[in-house]
Amino acid sequence: MPYPSDRKYTREHEWIQVNGNSAAVGITDYAQQSLGDIVFVETPKVGAELTAGKTFGTVESVKAVSDLFSPASGTVTEVNSELATAPEKVNSDAHGSWMVRITLKNPSELDALLSAADYEKYVAEEAGH
Amino acid sequence: MRYLPKSPDDREAMLKAIGARSVDDLFASIPAEYRLRRDLKIPRQMAESEIVDFFRQRSRENGDGYTSFLGAGAYFHYRPVIIDSLISRGEFLTAYTPYQAEISQGTLQSIFEFQTMICELTGMEVANASMYDGSTAAAEAVMMAVRLTGRRSVMVARTLHPEYREVLATYATHQGMPLSIANYAQDGRLNLQELEKSITPETACVLVQSPNFFGIVEDIDAIAQIAHQNGAMLVVSIAEAVSLGIVEPPRQADVIAMEAQSFGVPLGFGGPYCGVIATREKNVRQMPGRLVGQTTDKQGNRGFVLTLATREQHIRREKATSNICTNQALVALMVNIFMTIYGRVGLKELAKQNLAKTAYAATQFARHGKVLFGGAPRFNEFVVETSEDPYAINSRLLGHKMIGGLPLKKFYPELGNSSLWCCTELTTRSAIDTAVGLVAESERSVRSAKEEVEEVTR
Repeated sequence: MPYPSDRKYTREHEWIQVNGNSAAVGITDYAQQSLGDIVFVETPKVGAELTAGKTFGTVESVKAVSDLFSPASGTVTEVNSELATAPEKVNSDAHGSWMVRITLKNPSELDALLSAADYEKYVAEEAGH
Repeated sequence: MRYLPKSPDDREAMLKAIGARSVDDLFASIPAEYRLRRDLKIPRQMAESEIVDFFRQRSRENGDGYTSFLGAGAYFHYRPVIIDSLISRGEFLTAYTPYQAEISQGTLQSIFEFQTMICELTGMEVANASMYDGSTAAAEAVMMAVRLTGRRSVMVARTLHPEYREVLATYATHQGMPLSIANYAQDGRLNLQELEKSITPETACVLVQSPNFFGIVEDIDAIAQIAHQNGAMLVVSIAEAVSLGIVEPPRQADVIAMEAQSFGVPLGFGGPYCGVIATREKNVRQMPGRLVGQTTDKQGNRGFVLTLATREQHIRREKATSNICTNQALVALMVNIFMTIYGRVGLKELAKQNLAKTAYAATQFARHGKVLFGGAPRFNEFVVETSEDPYAINSRLLGHKMIGGLPLKKFYPELGNSSLWCCTELTTRSAIDTAVGLVAESERSVRSAKEEVEEVTR
């Protein structure tokens, strides 16, 4: 599965796609594969303040509940309500299933994140272990 | 679950396999000065005949044949004999959570039925597979509301069982949840004006008990309105489950926390009792405890499994929804059998009998003494105020093989010589008449003593 180069990645397996001052956040295909069948996505409310590196929600699969870590700091402007009734979309299209949109507080935070190529290398190593 | 004892040979083999010389070797990491070098100071072992004799002697100390007027969160109801014969079956004799659905269908089905009946009784959509007791259920329900609202402070009715309040205070200290107490009004119900004044935008929930500690049915409609208008949740605690046979369930509540002891669980010092949490389906992911769900297997047959377990302690560790990581399976089974036997009609009849006995007793007491909070609707408890210290009256009642009401001074100093009396279907009319007679006698003697003093001073 190729990782799109139009976005950045975290070592906790979230992606962030910037569009002007706003950014969409989701989890990677590698993450959905390791989690298995996803049954519930718990997201913050519109207006919530996210901090880079801190948890902002959970994703629940039949196997486990995992925390979602925010790739950047910002305010939630929109929540993907489609996932409330169809969380399995994250399994079928992880990179197309954004969970929240935020307005970035400090865009320079993104510099610390991984590029698509680096992330691909990172998961290849992680999978190898 | 089997218990397999080990023989000295087994121990030897195991030690050999791991390369240890003795069992003491296994504790080598504990510094020698901290290890106990003598035998534990416990009595020597007893022969079976001695043990049987010991328990026979102790059981003679039990207060058999007493009529109890105690309620206050632990109720003396009839337990159909079938309960003990069924729960004593070997298949049920484990408190362990049935993780392995393949070998636990019977237990899982009984828990599923328990949850279903609790939902029907409470008017809620989901119920868990039981908690420790009513007090921990109330505290856990409050923490649910804190998580769901993102607010931290909690309004507690002073008419909630005082010991439930203590349990909640213990939880709250370590959870950073400020508690505030709302007092009761003249009629013994939560003071609505005070609630309205003290509720804030930081209030996560209002916690009330109904019927409350004084046995009075709270105005749940009005309380729900105040809570919800302020964006807070309403948690209703039910200590006397039999009340649900006749009192409308608090459907307006967001979470119901219940003590199910009244449903076939024997009275015991320290339990075990059976708590339950029931709520709306949208709150299910914040509900603590076990939940059994119905599903179909590969061949399309109906089956039962533990569900939504991914948030629990054995998987989520410190991030789990709750630190309660077990349920009261065997006690919940007693409750389940009780509900099945009584059914809808039986439970209503049972509740009516409780109501009728209590109404009779309260009327009789009111003729000779003072019954407080008379105006509000009550279930099977009521508060009697006497001129004499209730402990003195109770000690005379003991002579008639009767345990009187619970003196309330300890929990509500302002209520002075009041005590909380309870009647159930097992309280006989003659017992009520005797108790009323003794209280009337006490009132007369206090009155005549007072008159004598007045005569002397005149």
